[in-house]
Amino acid sequence: MCDGHNHTHSHTTTRVPVVENILSANDRIAQRNHSLLHQKNVYGVNIMASPGAGKTSVLLKTLEALKGRLRIGVIEGDPAGSIDTDRALAAGMPAVQVNTGGECHLDAVMMEDALSQLPLDDLDLVVVENVGNLICPANFRLGTHLNLVIASIPEGDDKPYKYPGMYMGMQALIINKIDLLPYVPFDMEYFQQGVEVLNPGIATFPLSCQTGEGLDAWTDWLVEQAHAEIIPE
Amino acid sequence: MHELSVTQSILDIVLQHAKERKIQQVNLVIGQFSSIVDDSVQFYWDIIAKETLAAEAKLHFERIPGEMTCSNCGHVFHPGSEDFLCPSCESSAVRVSGGREFQVDSIDVE
Repeated sequence: MCDGHNHTHSHTTTRVPVVENILSANDRIAQRNHSLLHQKNVYGVNIMASPGAGKTSVLLKTLEALKGRLRIGVIEGDPAGSIDTDRALAAGMPAVQVNTGGECHLDAVMMEDALSQLPLDDLDLVVVENVGNLICPANFRLGTHLNLVIASIPEGDDKPYKYPGMYMGMQALIINKIDLLPYVPFDMEYFQQGVEVLNPGIATFPLSCQTGEGLDAWTDWLVEQAHAEIIPE
Repeated sequence: MHELSVTQSILDIVLQHAKERKIQQVNLVIGQFSSIVDDSVQFYWDIIAKETLAAEAKLHFERIPGEMTCSNCGHVFHPGSEDFLCPSCESSAVRVSGGREFQVDSIDVE
């Protein structure tokens, strides 16, 4: 091991210890976003999934179920996401479309900018639809209270084993499209075993946006979490 | 392609710690569970570090394999991507015990 100086080079080389997380700058801004949400009494949710897992369907069903219970703003980060921000605005729901400039993830700076465009004083919940991708978004914290991963039955039961980083960084998991279980080979026990190793005790919600099964359990839990975090007694 | 943002973050940290000295090597420690960071980081580096004191720096990756510890028998192992069962006692009661590293460990400066 190097003892601080390397004497084999002709120039004197000094080893300077750094020991800093590569994304510490992003983490600092994420912390700032978190403080802002906390100060404004707004609960933040960051939705991450691979393309096609049903992020948009879950988001739409969730917004529908929470109507009248929480005041919601939407940050749309997925260029392929189908939440039409104009339509959301027309329905009285503040929405911001983030231009990621071709990036595969949202970062804390984009989040900070998006938050500044939302009327936080009039909101209880901000839902972020991140870019569809199971690798990158896990590293870039946004400052939300909850990082939610949506898995889906057709993707296969091996995802926790293939993308451990994503499954380690979440605080809730939705398993979408359970109506397809009879038609697709998916070993739920194998899947959940991998999840349990990476993220012991994680809140998990198997559901179907198609049949509506399991949706209430998810939305009730979300409302409970939001209330516990933000709304003073 | 998050490697570009990652590369930019590394460069910012490195220049800040170099304090106007020329940087020869950047020593990174990357755990298997933290992120996928491949050799394209050096490619991006050669572009974005141009005209900085880090222009000629080589990036050195120390890869830390993912590590798990069995809660049942205490065995420590490096899991594959097929299952996380303990290879010693086949228990599924295992926990992640290493491989989360994602940091600039040190820099070598002149």
